[in-house]
Amino acid sequence: MSLLWISNARVIDPASKRDGVGDIFVRDGRISGPFSPSEKKDAAKIDGKGLVAAPGLVDIHVHFREPGQTHKETIGTGSRAAAAGGFTTVVCMPNTLPPADNAGTIQFINDAARRDSVVKVHPTGAITVGLKGQVLAPIGSLKRAGVVAITDDGDCVQSNELMRRALEYAKMFDMPVMDHCQDHSMTHEAVMNEGVMSTRLGLRGWPNAAEDLIVARNVVLSSYTGAHIHLQHISSEYSVETIRRAKARGLRITAEATPHHIALTDAALAGYDTNFKMNPPLRTEADRQAIIAGLRDGTLDCIATDHAPHTDYEKDREFDFAPNGIIGLETALPVVLEVLVRESGFELAAVVDLLTRRPAGVLGLAAGSLAEGAPADICLFDPDESWLYDAKAGFSKSGNSPWHGLTLRGRVKKTIVDGRVAFDGAAIL
Amino acid sequence: MTWNRKHLLTIEELSLAEIDQIHATAAAFRKILRRSVKKVPALRGKTIVNLFLEPSTRTRLAFEMAAKRLSADVISFDAASSSTQKGETLRDTAENIQALNADMLVIRHGASGSPLYLSRILDLPVINAGDGAHEHPTQGLLDTFTMKEHFGSMRGRKVAILGDILFSRVARSNLHALTKMGAAVTLVGPSTLVPSWFTDFGVTVSHDLKSALADAEVVMLLRIQHERQSAGHFPSLGEYTSMFGLNKTRASWLNPKAIIMHPGPINRGVEIDSELADGERSVILEQVANGIAIRMAVLYLCAGGQPESVASTD
Repeated sequence: MSLLWISNARVIDPASKRDGVGDIFVRDGRISGPFSPSEKKDAAKIDGKGLVAAPGLVDIHVHFREPGQTHKETIGTGSRAAAAGGFTTVVCMPNTLPPADNAGTIQFINDAARRDSVVKVHPTGAITVGLKGQVLAPIGSLKRAGVVAITDDGDCVQSNELMRRALEYAKMFDMPVMDHCQDHSMTHEAVMNEGVMSTRLGLRGWPNAAEDLIVARNVVLSSYTGAHIHLQHISSEYSVETIRRAKARGLRITAEATPHHIALTDAALAGYDTNFKMNPPLRTEADRQAIIAGLRDGTLDCIATDHAPHTDYEKDREFDFAPNGIIGLETALPVVLEVLVRESGFELAAVVDLLTRRPAGVLGLAAGSLAEGAPADICLFDPDESWLYDAKAGFSKSGNSPWHGLTLRGRVKKTIVDGRVAFDGAAIL
Repeated sequence: MTWNRKHLLTIEELSLAEIDQIHATAAAFRKILRRSVKKVPALRGKTIVNLFLEPSTRTRLAFEMAAKRLSADVISFDAASSSTQKGETLRDTAENIQALNADMLVIRHGASGSPLYLSRILDLPVINAGDGAHEHPTQGLLDTFTMKEHFGSMRGRKVAILGDILFSRVARSNLHALTKMGAAVTLVGPSTLVPSWFTDFGVTVSHDLKSALADAEVVMLLRIQHERQSAGHFPSLGEYTSMFGLNKTRASWLNPKAIIMHPGPINRGVEIDSELADGERSVILEQVANGIAIRMAVLYLCAGGQPESVASTD
């Protein structure tokens, strides 16, 4: 029998409405009731004094690039970045090479995860074959192979008819459909938000209307089919309002926001730094504030990183030619603490909720809780410790981060997966 | 005041004093260009590489001519003859040019921000000869130089820039230069090509040609490209001409002393009547001639020359 005793931490577990200094007991990989005096003597001990003990963080939007683009990231390296960032459960997007549009590829991902991952990895499957938006992927087989949702992620399904059928079909398996909302006809060659900044920099603009249209389309289709649609990385003020109204009408719509969309705006692009290039793009201060307000009132359900690794040489290009995306797993917690707690006055427990119970709830994952009997996935962090982030020395295989070289506040001290320390604050164990 | 800028990347980042310095230096070179012996030894022994990854006639010829007038050795190559065709990255191409001991790099590139990117990588001066829809600083400098030749100070004078502003680096460089010089700039054209975001830069945006041209002392036309039509920015070249083309009647709305400018290449009969392009108010070929003096000034200054010492360059 293995026993772990975390003492004197500020335990924040929104799932069991717990927030106070106390202990966490772990027996054989699961959260347990209090130990007896003799068990306490035998247990491995972690002194949690001054630290916050939260459920292991949950990220329902990561790109681990395996199979096919393992020069950027692998399930092994991505999972280490996750553990270093306090995440114990992640959900991988299907835009691998080949795309995860069949049970065989899902099997490959699950095998690699079992073999190489230090955290829990859940795959998603494609909505359409090859992410091409033409023909439905074998969604039932994908479900049987273990996907937790379907999505074409960056290749938003453009046909309303096909999307409608995908929703109806996925609903049969009670499977959420995640959508990256982008009307491609409006974003040809676009590389940043359309507005004053794109006008100044002479870069092709990606209008927020291209997101707003698909968000609205999805609200209509969710209403029509009754299917659950999860809207990925919402970046626009108008979309937040559309989602707010959809939720008020009781529709099965959920949505996520990224750390970068709540921390940064398109003003950051003044130097054409490709580590600020992602899709959807950074938008304006009004959009940023609207997303924060959406997280505050529950319109937006959770934080997700859209961790998107690219190598230095791929990002080191003319702005127009660099690929979209930044890594985010190792910086998410301090960035979110900075923006939501210190800048916007959120309760710490509310932020923990956005990173644990809420994202797990979106996809129905058995994660994000410290209730007795739950898997002992735990994140211990110091909310105030400052540290210098060196993206090149991080655990991800790639270093494409806008926070590289900056001092961040809030540091993960231990990440525990099924009762076992996976990250001890310095190294992966 | 000494010149201490190594690169010329944008006009947006220049001060008015720096613009004046370049203009003064160009004026001195303009005198030299009117002599029978047009060459000075200012950059003798220096090698300037023109890397033109996007098609260009005027700008490339003017940069080559300017380099030769300064006695520099000049090598030009374009996208078709460079290894970028074989997939070489811009960084690698540029680092190779530096390794060949070039003293200066002039770059034209379709991707906005590329000159800034190269200036951070390379030790040698980088001169922007046009980057995407961002800036074309030497064009803005030669245009404002030409305007000053006609009007002296531009303070308070009305300048209308007409045409495809959205995709125009020439418009951006000119509006930055002109607003610094105190001119009243109006951008005019169809609403799809002149978005209101431009008002953020201290200029007026108009879609009414008559009021935009009324009493303007300068009208600058920009080339209208077929591609914009297929992308839905306007219905047809014919409609564009009927709504925004400059013809004799419309030119009569201008100030009597007004000059007509165009950075080229011209679409005769589309954005401007052929007659007007060749007429007495047109300064289009003056612009081209001034383009050499401006590029001489920019190459000379960024290579370490000082404005006051031009007279002693020969």
